[in-house]
Amino acid sequence: MINVKELTKRYARNTAVDHISFQVEKGQIVGFLGPNGAGKTTTMRILTCFLPPTSGTATVAGFDVLEQPLEVKKRIGYLPEMPPLYVEMRTDEYLTFVGKLKGLRGSELRQRVDAVCERCAIVDVKKKLLGKLSKGYRQRVGLAQAIIHNPDVLILDEPTAGLDPKQINETRDLIKSLAGDHTIILSTHILTEVEQTCQQVIIINKGKLVATDSVNNLQSRARGAETVLVEVGGRNGDVDSAAVQRRLEKVTGVSRVVFKEKRKNRSSFEVESQKNRFARGDLARAVVESGWDLNELRPTAVSLEEIFLQLTGEQTAAPAEETATKGAGK
Amino acid sequence: MRNVLIICGKELRSYFVSPIAYLLLTMFAVIMGFFFWNALGYFVFMGIESQMRGEMFPMNVNEQVIRPLLSNMSVIGLFLIPMITMRLFAEEKRTGTIELLATSPVRDTEVILGKWLAAVTLYGCIILLTALNFVFLFRYGNPDWKPLAIGYLGLLLQAAALLAIGTFISTLTKNQIIAGAATFGVCLLLWVLEWVSGYESATWAQVLSYMSVITHFESFAKGVINTKDAVFYVTLTFLGLFFTARSMESLRWRS
Repeated sequence: MINVKELTKRYARNTAVDHISFQVEKGQIVGFLGPNGAGKTTTMRILTCFLPPTSGTATVAGFDVLEQPLEVKKRIGYLPEMPPLYVEMRTDEYLTFVGKLKGLRGSELRQRVDAVCERCAIVDVKKKLLGKLSKGYRQRVGLAQAIIHNPDVLILDEPTAGLDPKQINETRDLIKSLAGDHTIILSTHILTEVEQTCQQVIIINKGKLVATDSVNNLQSRARGAETVLVEVGGRNGDVDSAAVQRRLEKVTGVSRVVFKEKRKNRSSFEVESQKNRFARGDLARAVVESGWDLNELRPTAVSLEEIFLQLTGEQTAAPAEETATKGAGK
Repeated sequence: MRNVLIICGKELRSYFVSPIAYLLLTMFAVIMGFFFWNALGYFVFMGIESQMRGEMFPMNVNEQVIRPLLSNMSVIGLFLIPMITMRLFAEEKRTGTIELLATSPVRDTEVILGKWLAAVTLYGCIILLTALNFVFLFRYGNPDWKPLAIGYLGLLLQAAALLAIGTFISTLTKNQIIAGAATFGVCLLLWVLEWVSGYESATWAQVLSYMSVITHFESFAKGVINTKDAVFYVTLTFLGLFFTARSMESLRWRS
């Protein structure tokens, strides 16, 4: 559906996107992940034909963004970082206007406006001025605007930025419900968002492609062995952490036990077991048989956070650099 | 063409839901009403004067009322142009809605034409309101309507050219005030350029005076369609819109 080859965008002083190549299959949700100023917005703007690339090619549904921009634009719905709303319009007027711009007419147009209002849960603000809407509603109207012409490809630039947790969940659910009919690319710098909503992830940093894979693969790639968190409590009174650790290490299949912390009469450990040896049952038995309480036992999935840091290196945290690249990229 | 009308309709809507349109309509109507009242008062005074002296000056409503009024309108119009065009693109750039237009399946030229057309339409409404004044002339006098119509055509052509320039300037900045001030400066300059012809007749002065939009309005005010002058306005319009298109394109490469 989307095919990007050796895409490069150079500005006067910096390179925002540096030889990026990736492909997106039809019907997938792809997370575009990277710290601020990594080149996410620039790449998306190129895909939506807002910016021309310096070199390289990008095709959407088989149409080149430089050669046939009108055909590409017909097939793309785009929600920029700031929803492009005309504050003096009412919601339904605005959606009608956008629908007309995208080539919808007559009864089809009216029907689509109603459909997207329904889908994005903005029916109750249909007659309100856009300028008076709250951030969450604005975002949803922005999303409604992007899907009004039922595009093949949806490009969402940080769709959950600036929303409260409830709104974030609603927006994510909405996005997930849109997959299947639409191919979706969404950019974010929040890792859990990718874990929760996306099937595939493209990680870029400083304009360069760092990794592209399915979310599952990435997680298991970094995992290697299973890690379990064990919290042990003393039956009556204090618990001897060192003794617990010694006991846990003796369990078959356990390769490493790391003491994490001790709170009152509870101690927690991170236990790594060897590959394909699920030692959870043995761990539980060992703790209970030794006369301690087993308060908690859960596998800790490796978060994308760790993968991300592994892949992009620790320098992503350097804030000065981040703002510098962001400022230049805008 | 459909897309042009969609954009034009949206622009007109936003003119008329905000106070801008009404403010401009009222302002211009009041000012031109005063000018009309003044011109008519003077005309009547001259008539009585000439009768009292027993001399019969040739009196002509077209020459003595309509023509100066049209000239006044063409100058006062200059002050309205920046207020009409300043927000056209600057506002879209500031709020980011330009991204919507630029990623929709419409051509840049359609967007530009739509916006410009809306500006011309608004200006048309504004000057049309002043036509109410002239209704009185037809009611109580017997002026020739053709020079008046030609005068209005000239006003519209002149405005079309200046509005195109204003549209261009609006693409250059995110700030409406800057767009408005710059357009105002250019309009003013295009008016006063003509003044050099008052004391200088060298070639450069003629060229400068030719570039003035007011010079080309004189024939229209007289009620004459001069092809040379019409072509000047049309050319200026094209130039303005062409620069707007270039500027939009460069926006993409720079942003």
